[in-house]
Amino acid sequence: MEFISQPWPWYVAGPLIALTMFILLYWGKSFGMSSNLRTLCAIGGAGKFADFFKFDWKAQQWNLMVVLGTIIGGFIGQYVLTNPEPIALSANTVSDLAAFGFQNAGETVLPPELFSWESALTLKGFSILAIGGLLVGFGTRYGGGCTSGHAITGLSSLQLPSLIATISFFVGGLVMIHFLFPLIF
Amino acid sequence: MKHIKFLLIGIFFGIVLFKSEAVSWYRIFEMFKFQSFHMYGVIGSAVATGITLMLIAKSKSLKNIKGSVISVPLKDKGLTRYIIGGFIFGLGWALSGACPGPMYILLGAGQFSILIVIAFALLGTFIYGLLKDKLPH
Repeated sequence: MEFISQPWPWYVAGPLIALTMFILLYWGKSFGMSSNLRTLCAIGGAGKFADFFKFDWKAQQWNLMVVLGTIIGGFIGQYVLTNPEPIALSANTVSDLAAFGFQNAGETVLPPELFSWESALTLKGFSILAIGGLLVGFGTRYGGGCTSGHAITGLSSLQLPSLIATISFFVGGLVMIHFLFPLIF
Repeated sequence: MKHIKFLLIGIFFGIVLFKSEAVSWYRIFEMFKFQSFHMYGVIGSAVATGITLMLIAKSKSLKNIKGSVISVPLKDKGLTRYIIGGFIFGLGWALSGACPGPMYILLGAGQFSILIVIAFALLGTFIYGLLKDKLPH
């Protein structure tokens, strides 16, 4: 139990993520988490506004079950297999974050400076979470997938579009952290 | 419940991402700062294992439960959508620290303010649906 409650190293997590993808393929399904956003829009009646949401979302029920599972998995990770220690971030990360006003980086899963209700309900805090979400929702659908669909599944099957998409994810992330963060924080 | 196995794989995936700290905003920041190998190890070893599994499946012509050969559906051809869409997602990934898997995992972990991110991700997807035909792909 000691081992399992410790943070899992990358060489355990990575292969298990690939296994998740492969089990889904064995079950005849393609691993892709961002598709669920489209499905949820369709269930919410978005088909009345755009044909993009007129599809047989019932065929996607399996993927919504995966979503429900991840919620339960997050609960188990947080409350049952609780990490006993803060996240072992690099010292440089902690000091860079301190310079942006983030204190005690790594002591919680998410920075309270962004995700505590106290911060999330300020205009700035809310805007950051809202714009972040908006970009993720718009970008994943425009780009045809996210980390699971492109970086894991697409690259595993050696698909060029997924390589281009994955490189673009990283370019976007680098621009945000290196050029936009100094303006935001 | 014919979908119960998908619930179980979701639980498994959620635990893996939570326990490897891939759901942490801090870890995403650290990755884009190139200050730790951790996230590169997670993604890199996932891809390496995935490629290996796919090659094994191909060489042995492994079949899925429906009886057809295991394969990944091909992505649509195109360049613009992958570059611009991918770039936009990357901006949001680094800002919110959450991609579309971790946002649900964090919700389960009791981080309820992530609902703001989820709600606006739904709105972003909806806006894409409205604009789809006007965008270059």
